[in-house]
Amino acid sequence: MPIFHRLKHALVILVALVAASVASFAQTADEAFTRLAADSYSDTSRAIELLVSTAHPNAALIVEALNDGRLLAGPGGVAVKTAGGGFVDAKTGVALAAAPGDVKPVRLNNAVRRAVQAALGGLGLLNPDPAKRTAAAEAVFKSRDAGLLPIVEAAIGKETNPRALAALRQAQAAILIAKPDTQPLDRFAAIEVLRDRADQDALATLRALPGDATPALKEAQAKAITAIEGRLKLWAAAQNLWYGLSLGSVLLLAAIGLAITFGVMGVINMAHGEMVMLGAYTTFVVQELIRTNAPWLFDWSLAIALPAAFVVAGAVGIAIERGVIRFLYGRPLETLLATWGISLILQQAVRTAFGPTNREVGAPSFMSGAFELGGLAITYNRLWIIVFAGLVFAALLAILKLTPMGLQMRAVTQNRRMASAMGIRTGRIDALTFGLGSGVAGLAGVALSQIDNVSPNLGQSYIIDSFMVVVFGGVGNLWGTLVGAMTLGVANKLLEPYAGAVLGKIALLVCIILFIQKRPRGLFALKGRAVEA
Amino acid sequence: MITRFLLQNMDKRGGVFLAILLGLALLVPLSNLLLPASSPFHVPTSTMSLWGKYLCYALLAVSLDLVWGYCGILSLGHGAFFALGGYAMGLYLMRQIGSRGVYGNPILPDFMVFLNWQELPWYWWGFSSFPFAMLMVLAVPGLLAFVFGWFAFRSRVTGVYLSIITQALTYALLLAFFRNDMGFGGNNGLTDFKDILGFNIQAQATRAALFSMTCVMLAAGFLIARGIVVSKLGKVVIAIRDAEPRTRFLGYRVDRFKLFVFTVSACMAGVAGALYVPQVGIINPSEFAPANSIETVIWVAVGGRGSLVGAALGAVVVNWAKTLFTSGFMAPYWLFALGGLFVVVTLFLPKGILGTAEALWARRGKPDNAPAAEPAPAE
Repeated sequence: MPIFHRLKHALVILVALVAASVASFAQTADEAFTRLAADSYSDTSRAIELLVSTAHPNAALIVEALNDGRLLAGPGGVAVKTAGGGFVDAKTGVALAAAPGDVKPVRLNNAVRRAVQAALGGLGLLNPDPAKRTAAAEAVFKSRDAGLLPIVEAAIGKETNPRALAALRQAQAAILIAKPDTQPLDRFAAIEVLRDRADQDALATLRALPGDATPALKEAQAKAITAIEGRLKLWAAAQNLWYGLSLGSVLLLAAIGLAITFGVMGVINMAHGEMVMLGAYTTFVVQELIRTNAPWLFDWSLAIALPAAFVVAGAVGIAIERGVIRFLYGRPLETLLATWGISLILQQAVRTAFGPTNREVGAPSFMSGAFELGGLAITYNRLWIIVFAGLVFAALLAILKLTPMGLQMRAVTQNRRMASAMGIRTGRIDALTFGLGSGVAGLAGVALSQIDNVSPNLGQSYIIDSFMVVVFGGVGNLWGTLVGAMTLGVANKLLEPYAGAVLGKIALLVCIILFIQKRPRGLFALKGRAVEA
Repeated sequence: MITRFLLQNMDKRGGVFLAILLGLALLVPLSNLLLPASSPFHVPTSTMSLWGKYLCYALLAVSLDLVWGYCGILSLGHGAFFALGGYAMGLYLMRQIGSRGVYGNPILPDFMVFLNWQELPWYWWGFSSFPFAMLMVLAVPGLLAFVFGWFAFRSRVTGVYLSIITQALTYALLLAFFRNDMGFGGNNGLTDFKDILGFNIQAQATRAALFSMTCVMLAAGFLIARGIVVSKLGKVVIAIRDAEPRTRFLGYRVDRFKLFVFTVSACMAGVAGALYVPQVGIINPSEFAPANSIETVIWVAVGGRGSLVGAALGAVVVNWAKTLFTSGFMAPYWLFALGGLFVVVTLFLPKGILGTAEALWARRGKPDNAPAAEPAPAE
């Protein structure tokens, strides 16, 4: 109660003061500075209003400084600390040699912050830059400050930029909805405007309709809310689908090399994840070299890292095949164990060489940032990874279908002994396939370095998911891998909102385990008469 | 009668193994409890617990060897059965804490009080009773293995596909047990145990008794596994390993044999886990990690796949080496050694150390031109 009393008291004084001083602009502005110097929350709020309503020439400067905590006030005067560290007198805009004595930063609380936001909106509406005007209108939209309605309406009359105009109309609608004394007809129009805006903020604004509105208005409000919620759900589903495709493309990159080696050799290569890791570390090394020797090449670092990662991972893959796996043909379970051992060795080797902590891999300029497409937020790195996964997939498809090596690989996949009888050197095909699969894993590592931590454990986090993709999609057919990866990615992301990330993943694993019962060789199994593959 | 059945097929190697286990079960606790610490024959409590841990691993390895070495099912999820048995024991031990927890709640374990749970979840009911907990140690892993195997073997999922989905199984359980909502202590698992059957779990005598119990259970597990593999049923199981389709065409219900062996093996793994938990004093979800299960496979491979004694030996040797490696300056190189072990054993020692040693022993003294006796695929 005392607070209200004090507020009321203050208001009475304030009204009296305003009434007394309305004739004199200078006096009002002076009052604003006095109030700022007093540094009480209510005085600060009032001071902001005064500055805006009198259109003080330094109002924008002062309010922005207040917002950033750079406004200093006290008995010594009011000063703004500039971004460069200098000081400016708030009243006159004259630069000061040093901070005036006996000042401290003006404090903010939530009420003051709201006032600041509203004021910034009001001030920005007259900014010559259309983007700034749009942003200011957006701020007004959120604050729904009824005091700004005249400014907004004036701005609408002058506005020529269509985006800024739309934003201003939405701001006007928001104020009209929330203001207690708006005419019902205006409110109907405002509801229409908000309904077209259709986002979370529009919903919040619609819900701010005062409780004493007419039943017809309330009905219109309820309808608009339902319509917006429907659209938001649709966008959320689309966003989840997008995330799912993004995850699916990552899985595709990680699994496609595995699918090739598994298809041709019937061996699950447990060290496949480490090939991905090697690719990521190659990217790191390439970027380090570029940073120290040729910084202007940085935007090309990924393009340079791609062939390097392919060669590094492919060479290691061929070495593994020639050194270990070829002695274990016909014993797939033993191969699985040996490659697991190799994965441990590679992990520890990388840990010894680069340290156990995450390494920083930078993003070239074309991969950073994001844009909005309707209600979708799309980041460039995810977009590029989807494109890249598509390119890798197409290239592998072309290699398998169009080159002699692809023909031989397919022959070995379908019937090793027959292929051998036809003169195909299956040992060489095995080595090349292993190299190709590992090289593709290296390419995946370059892509993953952009979205994941580059650490010795990078491969481990993808290997189980990659297995799932391969056993789900079936072997001997790249389309199976594509369908498997995308299905798992999208299913994972669509399950997440309902079950949570972990439960969703568990549900998916259980589904795959059950699916394997139904189709023990995956979705796209090779048809054949063999009892045992 | 059962004992006779189990013992009549015992070979020399199995006899030696059982004798050693019996000796350990008696002598180690006695030396620990009776001899003064200054005596050269005194076994410190920490060493005893460490070796108790190795023997639990040995039982796990025997259970895995039963399915992998004799039935050709490479399970990469046996760690899940081990951990489930361990959790069953952990639940019992948690309930024994009673009101001595940090929060002093007589019913709820500390982590539930911390998470503001009001009452004990239904799946914790009954675990204050030791017999019930022991039943669950067998039943939970057994039931999971039965259901999982029922689906997998009936639809003839074999080879690497089976390995991968067993790995998926343990991975799914890992994720599930990490969740706090599951009511198993989440990330931290179950720990701070006080009593087992009314005896202080930290006391020297309790630890000695646990060690003896582990030896006895390992011997029992060995005898059961041995009984299975030398029986007529065991012959069919070995036939399935060597030529599954042919066995099927001969009219055997391959899936049922596999299911039986898989379930028995899972129960044994559960017992190993239950003995492991009171000796190390903690059970947490990391026991479900797929890497643990694969490591178990390498113990079996090192010792000698298809030889129960070899599997137990492999588990002890590898873990002893691990302790040796990871406690000294060579700690960073342990993964190199372990990885190298995987490669070397699969490449050069397909029968493990025991099988290789025996092959060398059998060749000794024979003329070079005589064909070396083809060692039987199993014992």
